[in-house]
Amino acid sequence: MGSPGCWAGFGRPGMSLQNGIGHTFMHQLATTGGSEKPLLSLHDINMTFGGVKALRNVSCDVRPGEAHCLAGESGCGKSPLIKITPGVSRPADGASIEYDGETYSHMSPVTAQDRGIQVIWQDLALFPEMSVAENIAFQTVLGRWPKPVDYGRMRKIATDALERLGITLDVDLPLKEYAIAQRQIVAIARALVGEAKLVFMDEPTASLTQSETDHLLDIVRGLSAAGVAVVFVSHRLAEVLEISSRITVLRDGALVGVYPAAGMTQSRITELMTGKTFDQQVRAKSRQDQPVVLEVKGLSRPGQFDDISLTVRRGETLGITGLLGAGRTELAQTLFGMLQPAAGTIMLDGKPVRFSSNRDAIKAGVAYLSEDRLSLGLIQPQSISDNLVISSLGKIVSGRFLSDERKRKLVAGWITDLGVKIGLQGDAISTLSGGNQQRIAIAKWLATDPKLLILDAPTVGVDVGARAGIFDIVAKLADTGLAIILISDEVPEVYFNADRVLHMAQGRIVGSYDPRSVSLAEIEGAVYA
Amino acid sequence: MRSFTRTHATEVALLAVIAVICTVLSFATANFFSLGNAFDLLNTSSVNIIFAVGLLVVLVAGGIDISFAVAASVVQYGTAIALGWIGGGGWVSGLVIAGSLGICLGAINALLIHRFRIISIVATISTFNIYFGLLMFFTKGVSIYDLPEWLTDRVVLFEHEMADGSWIEITLPVLVMALCVIATWVLITRTTTGRQLYAFGDNPEGARRFGINIGAMQFIAFGWLGLMAGIGGLVQAHYAQEVVPNALYGRELDVLAAVVLGGARLGGGKGSVLGCVLGVLLIAITQNGLNLMGVSPFAFKMIVGAIILIAITLSNTSIERLLPFVSQKGARR
Repeated sequence: MGSPGCWAGFGRPGMSLQNGIGHTFMHQLATTGGSEKPLLSLHDINMTFGGVKALRNVSCDVRPGEAHCLAGESGCGKSPLIKITPGVSRPADGASIEYDGETYSHMSPVTAQDRGIQVIWQDLALFPEMSVAENIAFQTVLGRWPKPVDYGRMRKIATDALERLGITLDVDLPLKEYAIAQRQIVAIARALVGEAKLVFMDEPTASLTQSETDHLLDIVRGLSAAGVAVVFVSHRLAEVLEISSRITVLRDGALVGVYPAAGMTQSRITELMTGKTFDQQVRAKSRQDQPVVLEVKGLSRPGQFDDISLTVRRGETLGITGLLGAGRTELAQTLFGMLQPAAGTIMLDGKPVRFSSNRDAIKAGVAYLSEDRLSLGLIQPQSISDNLVISSLGKIVSGRFLSDERKRKLVAGWITDLGVKIGLQGDAISTLSGGNQQRIAIAKWLATDPKLLILDAPTVGVDVGARAGIFDIVAKLADTGLAIILISDEVPEVYFNADRVLHMAQGRIVGSYDPRSVSLAEIEGAVYA
Repeated sequence: MRSFTRTHATEVALLAVIAVICTVLSFATANFFSLGNAFDLLNTSSVNIIFAVGLLVVLVAGGIDISFAVAASVVQYGTAIALGWIGGGGWVSGLVIAGSLGICLGAINALLIHRFRIISIVATISTFNIYFGLLMFFTKGVSIYDLPEWLTDRVVLFEHEMADGSWIEITLPVLVMALCVIATWVLITRTTTGRQLYAFGDNPEGARRFGINIGAMQFIAFGWLGLMAGIGGLVQAHYAQEVVPNALYGRELDVLAAVVLGGARLGGGKGSVLGCVLGVLLIAITQNGLNLMGVSPFAFKMIVGAIILIAITLSNTSIERLLPFVSQKGARR
């Protein structure tokens, strides 16, 4: 592929990367040993956002045709950094951007596009109401002065670009008719129009399933092989390692280093990103002596899940994993009363229950932290305290009205308990980081005094560093006697944090594992097979 | 064909509703189903259609404008005065003056929205009050009847007596309306600027990242509506043969309802000229039919409101959801 060969023959990959000496050596090799002239070099990039330094003297480079990964926790400066080259943000004075033989002090979006720099934004920056063809060939309608629109040419450009990716879509349909994975493809196709030399991809796999991700990674490899340099931002370290030839790590707005991917491990990247060491250990314990809180028998919903039977005991954390679309979320929503089962029984504390809505479920002591926290679970513009008490307003009533005093006390209690870092209780929830938002979302449900807490993909959009904190909370909650169902498509999460792991595939439970007696690789093998 | 019904669901639904209403009305009343009445409808709806296509451009670009109808009244007065200064003028000078004044008033809205970052509904409610207040203050509510002759003379471009004795007439307002409709259609579907307007309305941040000039988009959208409001104002003065300061007051909501009915989305990025024209016509047909049926005019608003709700529900909801028993498996993606 496009990766330089200078270190490829150096010992065996991974030889001594775990220790500090090896890493420094490789670091130097990677940054100084490139024989090819870089396509892009950034020097002395500084940026300030509202008094906060988002980037501090960052310098890095990208070689022609390489797959380069940008890693770091959120807030580390990845997003500001990738906005510099396409000209969306302007760095502070003194910066220089050397791109393909020319030096700029800053870019403009128009220059960047003219010179073959394309970006696939995390939010895709697509136009859902416009047709697929227009989205892909959008460049043809740019320009200051009105020109006639050539729909035929647009359609041709779009079809060609999709063909290069090996995808067929109806280019005349509005984009909103397509699901997120196909929109991602459209965004990539758009980047390929106009002879891209350098493509930035900001979290391209965040909302894709495993097979869609695999397909995307194939596309990235193909681009790289065709000589297009790809700068890839991702939270999923496994795919970072799989796809990239070099990894640039940022922390707190400053460059940590540039490392070759060969021989790098996930835990090493995590250490570099956070500056802390994490050693994950299986937390599983036996809870067989505890009473059963939830017992499900033969639960089915046609087309979604079939004949599901499971039990969760007091203090037990039951992990459910499986690929996206395995019926996990539908199962969770059924346990939470949002969907009604077609067959089967749900028993809570030994008594059969029928929920006609999630209000019944909340009353019965079930809490559900939804998968899509950002859009479903929290009301972003509202304050931290209002979000926290939304499901437990009954507790802060004094007389007939809501009491601000009670609210403040309740909120303060949970914020201390869960170690949430906030400014003021009245600040909007959107001011918090992903990890802290997730803590508020958990607190919101804990405030309803549940017996059973269902966590659906609790670490989506949460940084590696903050993930551990979330699971510490989950473990503490289990120790207080809460029964927990932990749903995640990341097998390691359930492996390390649950007492038992169920594997769901195509709506059925196809495997049950005890993490103390099974290796992670064994479960991963079964799930990703 | 299937693709057309899918991408133009609103227009198809509107046509269906119009067809149903026309069928009902042609049985319920004696005079509805005549070409004469159809052309009458077109003549009376011209001003609203001109306003509607103007407003469509603003909605497509993600804005909203409450002030255009009052702005049209201001233009009527301004044009009447300016025509007095130049000693009468004619249709060409009249349209140029009215159009330019309209563009200026639209540009004020764009300036407030772009330069001072006031959201469009607030900005235009303010200018609505300011324009109307100034108009009433300076005119003291007095109408102008003393208009140039060319403006008040009815211009019939084509007429033909039908066998049943009714007249088919195409008047100047219909011609102006047709030109405005075609020009707007060309602007928003056939020029790059128009597609930029759609893109900007659909996803402003996405458009900005492409380097689209956001300020220009606001000025073009509100300027175009201003132009249409100016032209519409002059045509309305011609049609009514007088200039009354509060004649158009309240028209903004009727037009807005018709445009939204026609499938334009208040969030921006969606809407078509065809849908917009059909939306205005649907309301006009309903009112006309009720009139012919002898329904009290006091009931009009109520019935029109109900029609808007029904039509919007129809166009927003898939048939399968409304009628679950006709749904076919696998019909939906």
